[in-house]
Amino acid sequence: MNSLVLSTVTRLLAPLLLVFSVFVLLRGHNEPGGGFIGGLLAAIAFILINKAEGTRTARRALRILPLTLASIGLSCSIAAGLWGLLSGGAFLQGIWPLIDIQPDGSKSGIAAGSILLFDIGVYLVVIGSVTGIYLALEDGIARSMD
Amino acid sequence: MTLLLAPVVLPLATAAICVLLRKNRGFQRPINLLSCLALAYVGLLLLTLVEEQGVQSVQLSGWSAPFGISLVADRLAATMIMLTGIVASLVVVFGFSDLSFGEEKNGHPVFVQALLTGVCGAFLAGDIFNLYVWFEVMLIASFGLLVVGGLKPQIDGAVKYVGLNLIATTAMLAGIGLLFGATGTLNMADLHGKLLGNMSEPGVLAAASLLLFAFAAKSAMFPLYFWLPAAYHTPSHTTSILFAALLTKVGVYTLIRVFTLVFDVQHPLLQTLLVGSGVATLTLGIFGAMTETIARRVLAYLVMVSIGIMTLGIAVGTPAAIAGTTLYLMQTLIVTAALFMAVGCVAHLAKTENLPEMGGLWRSHPLMGALFVIIMLGVAGIPPTSGFWPKILLIEALADAQRWGLVLAVVIGSLATLYAVMRLFSAAFWQDVNTDETPNLDLFRFAPVLILTVLVVGFGLFAQGLVDTAKASSVNLMNPSVYVEQVLGGSK
Amino acid sequence: MDLWLSILAGTLVAGGSYLMMSGAMLRFLLGLVLISNAVNLVIFVTGRMTYAGAPFIDKAVGVLSADAANPVPQALILTAIVIGFGLFAFTLALALRAYSEMGTDDTDEMREAEPKTEEKPL
Repeated sequence: MNSLVLSTVTRLLAPLLLVFSVFVLLRGHNEPGGGFIGGLLAAIAFILINKAEGTRTARRALRILPLTLASIGLSCSIAAGLWGLLSGGAFLQGIWPLIDIQPDGSKSGIAAGSILLFDIGVYLVVIGSVTGIYLALEDGIARSMD
Repeated sequence: MTLLLAPVVLPLATAAICVLLRKNRGFQRPINLLSCLALAYVGLLLLTLVEEQGVQSVQLSGWSAPFGISLVADRLAATMIMLTGIVASLVVVFGFSDLSFGEEKNGHPVFVQALLTGVCGAFLAGDIFNLYVWFEVMLIASFGLLVVGGLKPQIDGAVKYVGLNLIATTAMLAGIGLLFGATGTLNMADLHGKLLGNMSEPGVLAAASLLLFAFAAKSAMFPLYFWLPAAYHTPSHTTSILFAALLTKVGVYTLIRVFTLVFDVQHPLLQTLLVGSGVATLTLGIFGAMTETIARRVLAYLVMVSIGIMTLGIAVGTPAAIAGTTLYLMQTLIVTAALFMAVGCVAHLAKTENLPEMGGLWRSHPLMGALFVIIMLGVAGIPPTSGFWPKILLIEALADAQRWGLVLAVVIGSLATLYAVMRLFSAAFWQDVNTDETPNLDLFRFAPVLILTVLVVGFGLFAQGLVDTAKASSVNLMNPSVYVEQVLGGSK
Repeated sequence: MDLWLSILAGTLVAGGSYLMMSGAMLRFLLGLVLISNAVNLVIFVTGRMTYAGAPFIDKAVGVLSADAANPVPQALILTAIVIGFGLFAFTLALALRAYSEMGTDDTDEMREAEPKTEEKPL
């Protein structure tokens, strides 16, 4: 598609979508949100770039191959599971290394741990697989039109 | 405890690594093979653990059953994981020379590992929704394996395979939904307690029928088998072997698991459905195997014959029949892989899969012919091969249950199987065709067939251990109280 | 409310089945989407259709309030939707590929894997 309006708006919207996707990813910790929705939002950013500028630019914007991104994400999630197994006793158990529990039961520190790692893994898998499928479909359509 | 996770985590992690290394065959191949060998070893360890200490279970992320997701290993599951690992290792070796460069680069090893993740997950799942998820993992991986070659017949086969299997999984989901509505739980051990004596409630019966439909489609039972002969002969031989050895067997395995643990298979409606479907599957398999002229399509119908026989064993549902069925399930995994692999070699030597065009291989490859004869006897169930014992156990059990018609069906099925494989053999090895140049059989193709043949004979000669395992696991299956106690009680 | 949702699920299954019977690959897919949505609705109904509170335990009370919703069906549906989404994407790509390879959308016309030609029996 060759539209000045779309490509100008995309230049504004794509970074916004990416930042928002990270926000949704982190928000999913205790509120609606999470890795899956965040990943979809990020994928939308790349799909928008693809619509405005073509698959080549979208691939360049992603920097690494979608499949590689997905497999890094999968590794993150497996690692989060093993982390729980190795230090907590059960596979996928939540581990909070940065949280201290005071004697009176209140907690202090940053709520980041194996569950966040798992969610980041999901986020990466979703970005990688959705953009991967989408770009492959776009390539296929472009080839069949030639 | 940790051992129970390995059959799922190991292939999954290997799949992730294989994606990263997808351009590098030198790394991908050994990692792939090592992971499969490790899976077989883990299965063996798990089996010894279960033999020593009884049923094992683990609760993911520490949420106690029935609220969390449990993985459970009993004798049957551990044995199946071990056999899966053995067959997968041999298939991977076979694939070293059978797969094209493009297929390996496009992710064949990744899909194999993902498939193994799904298969092992389905063996271990103690939660019926978790079972659904593992089925989906298996399904998506098998879709990938079917189309990874990208040829026209593969795409066509995939369309039919995908279509029917998606309907089946949707039905499975609906059945699970109804079951949850009726009982309020998804844990299979918990379901066992809640459904005792409640089999005739309409909601439960509807859920049971939907799940039966789904598992029947997975294991290619009549009238839901059409995807099997349409798809099994299109992909590479490596993929065909893996599918034939594992996919339909997982369907039968879940049928045994769910219809002994959760539902009561002796309910008249379910029993009638299973008997009718089993006999029809057997009959259609026989007709198909006798008339087809493409080698792997003959084999696809032979798979159906074995599915039909196992269905009859499940339908009768006495402890002896379940013992025969589980033994049949274990040995058919090996024998089917051996048969598909042998035909893969034959097709490579004859450069065709069309029976009328094959021939003359006895003169050029007598050793391969000898192996083929042994595997053929194993498939038909002639002593001293492995196929003999489960059939004897099954026929004995059916006779004890006074089901003479079913005994006749099993005997006819075995004889027809023998006829069909002999037809295959005579076409490939004895038929008079001017063969100018047959290619040589390389080690990567030949060695796995040899090992599988040794296993087929070995299981036949030293059957006692396997028979004992099957009998013990059927005792466990028929009295799920140990299983239930381990899952629900182990967490408290 | 349960009744209406059940009727809706039944209607969706009926419509989906009708679409699937047509033999065209794309309609088959759309039918499948309808049916899987119907199944999601069925699971949704199993979690009771009432106005309910969030299933969190109030620290001061210490036990779950009686009007709390059942969160399990929603988690199940979420999983089912995600899986269904992935499968639909794959199947759509497969349909596109099948159309460009075989030049037809009609599954009855796809005879590559199971050729029509009569071969002489052995």
